[in-house]
Amino acid sequence: MSALLEATLTTPPERLFPSVATKGYTEHLARYGPLPPLAGRERAVIGEVEASGLTGRGGAGFPAATKLRAVARGRRPVVVANGTEGEPASAKDKELIARNPHLVLDGARTAAVLVGAGEAVVAVSREATASLAALEAALSERPDARSFRIARTSARFLAGEETALVHWLNGGDAKPTFTPPRPFERGVRGQPTLVQNVETLANLPLVARYGSAWFRSLGTQAEPGSVLVTVGGAVLRPGVVEVALGTPLREVVARCGGLPASVQALLVGGYFGTWIAPDLDLPLANEALRPLGASLGARTLILLPESACGVVETARVAAYMASQSAGQCGPCLFGLPVVARSLAAVARCEPGAAEALARLPVLDAQIARRGACAHPDGALAFVRSALVVFADELERHLAGTCTARGHEPVLPTPPTTADWR
Amino acid sequence: MVAVGLVDSKAIWYLMRSSGVVTLALLTGVMVLGSATANRSRLGRAPRFVTAGVHRSIALLAVVFVGIHVVTAVVDPYAMVGVVSVFVPFAGASNALWVGLGALSLDVVVALIISSLLRHRFRPRLWRGIHWLAYLSWPVAFAHSLGMGSDASALWLRAVAGGCAAAVVAAVLWRLKRLEPQPVPVSLEVPA
Amino acid sequence: MNEHLRVNPVLCDAYGHCAELLPELIDRDEWGYPIVTSAPVPEHLRRDARRAVSACPRLALLLERRTESR
Repeated sequence: MSALLEATLTTPPERLFPSVATKGYTEHLARYGPLPPLAGRERAVIGEVEASGLTGRGGAGFPAATKLRAVARGRRPVVVANGTEGEPASAKDKELIARNPHLVLDGARTAAVLVGAGEAVVAVSREATASLAALEAALSERPDARSFRIARTSARFLAGEETALVHWLNGGDAKPTFTPPRPFERGVRGQPTLVQNVETLANLPLVARYGSAWFRSLGTQAEPGSVLVTVGGAVLRPGVVEVALGTPLREVVARCGGLPASVQALLVGGYFGTWIAPDLDLPLANEALRPLGASLGARTLILLPESACGVVETARVAAYMASQSAGQCGPCLFGLPVVARSLAAVARCEPGAAEALARLPVLDAQIARRGACAHPDGALAFVRSALVVFADELERHLAGTCTARGHEPVLPTPPTTADWR
Repeated sequence: MVAVGLVDSKAIWYLMRSSGVVTLALLTGVMVLGSATANRSRLGRAPRFVTAGVHRSIALLAVVFVGIHVVTAVVDPYAMVGVVSVFVPFAGASNALWVGLGALSLDVVVALIISSLLRHRFRPRLWRGIHWLAYLSWPVAFAHSLGMGSDASALWLRAVAGGCAAAVVAAVLWRLKRLEPQPVPVSLEVPA
Repeated sequence: MNEHLRVNPVLCDAYGHCAELLPELIDRDEWGYPIVTSAPVPEHLRRDARRAVSACPRLALLLERRTESR
């Protein structure tokens, strides 16, 4: 484990979530300062971003500077600040936009200048009313308001996927498209497009102003900086917190009020993520998670209480994921519901559940990597991890019993009535 | 010299009429096999790619016969169809409406053939959009066949036309029926 | 220069013509969708591969050229 600064263990970072909220543009300028001069220094600033080690905070974790450079090479690029956040377990992007809209706008503007784009689109789910209101209020105060466009996107799970968002912005459904070409090559209106998570973008003006060394003063050597994490499940105060990368989970959980009851498993990384055993000493960093087959992903942490049933929760989410398929690719459209049905059979202790369970590896082999996007693969990874972590509970279900004591759903699976357009 | 000319022109006239009827029959076959391909049907026990292949072959054969039909129509001194009227709908003077419909149908067929021969240079969705024009070209060709000339009242032609119309109507209905939901994916129940 | 088969899963509608024309390299899953090998197309099957690509009713099968680094 790389060196971890003592300071991060006691003082929660306040880079993105200042403890005293900045209300209005004047207060924002007082706290963060105006955008540093970037014209003529774009390459140097991108170099600074590269030195800072800032990676995407949207799920893929791609180095931000690499993406900036790739798009900057293109003609008439476009910047899209992706705050869509279709993952139901994740609220960090909506929270960031609602609490610190000016920083997000600064970030989008910084990216636009760095790549040479005229306009920056800020994409927010149309159901995130508080975030949209904050964004509109913020824009009304800014002199550079005309360089932004707010896009109110579909609320479906896949709507925030890079190619789906671009397809929607181009007038189509919020469904992923076949790649190549990727958005950085051909995106909105066929132009090179930078699709970057709003949290990643919010870090850009800070790095541009304070430098890479400052950015690296938090976090770990391999994974520097602070991140927003959505914590849910068995904690007393579920919500979004800002923590330095590498912070032990125990501390993250403590910031959310701690655990009133014992926990049987952790779901890390949202519904494309994986279940792991509840080791609260684990640092919140890919370096520690990867050996366990997990990764930060969508930066959600759900703690499953002992009183719930991992099999039932997994089955519910599997059904949700199947219903959220774009329905464009056969293996995902037809395969995921079969996986969901098999898990439902086990969850209900139905006869024939054992046979259904035994078929899962066959289904997995037919579905994995055969869609246009990562949806089926993510859902399968989630299911596979459940089969390992909840192996004992699976046995009990096949024998006809379930150890759950409460039947309150833990993992959120909102109804799927949102429009694709 | 004159006698030979008269025989030639009669031969040309018959060739024009007969190649027109054959074209209609072939285009009907193309429509039926197009539906069959879309509905994943087999011809006998042949693999399904054969259905698509025969569809394409008959389309190319139809081009040959429509070519004969058009050339003889232009060459024929009594038909009075100029080269321009062949391709530009409703440009000619004599029999303008029916010839015009023929020209329209020909234009669409040419577009279908060229876009299909060059399929891989088209964006897949654009090619598909052009291909839907087939549902326009057949009725227009059919109207052209019935509206043109003296054979239209003959029983044999009406019988052939009737058979073709029945076949195409059946093919379209069959295709529409198949457009309904495919093997529905397993339905979901979210366990309590 | 190697050639690789690739399916565009968004366009694919499980007609199955590719699997009929190139059973050596293309199989079908239980829902009828093509499972295409990721290995390069062997020389003796290249013509058949082109035929399969040409035959797809949805233009969903692609032949991609890639340089392999060994």
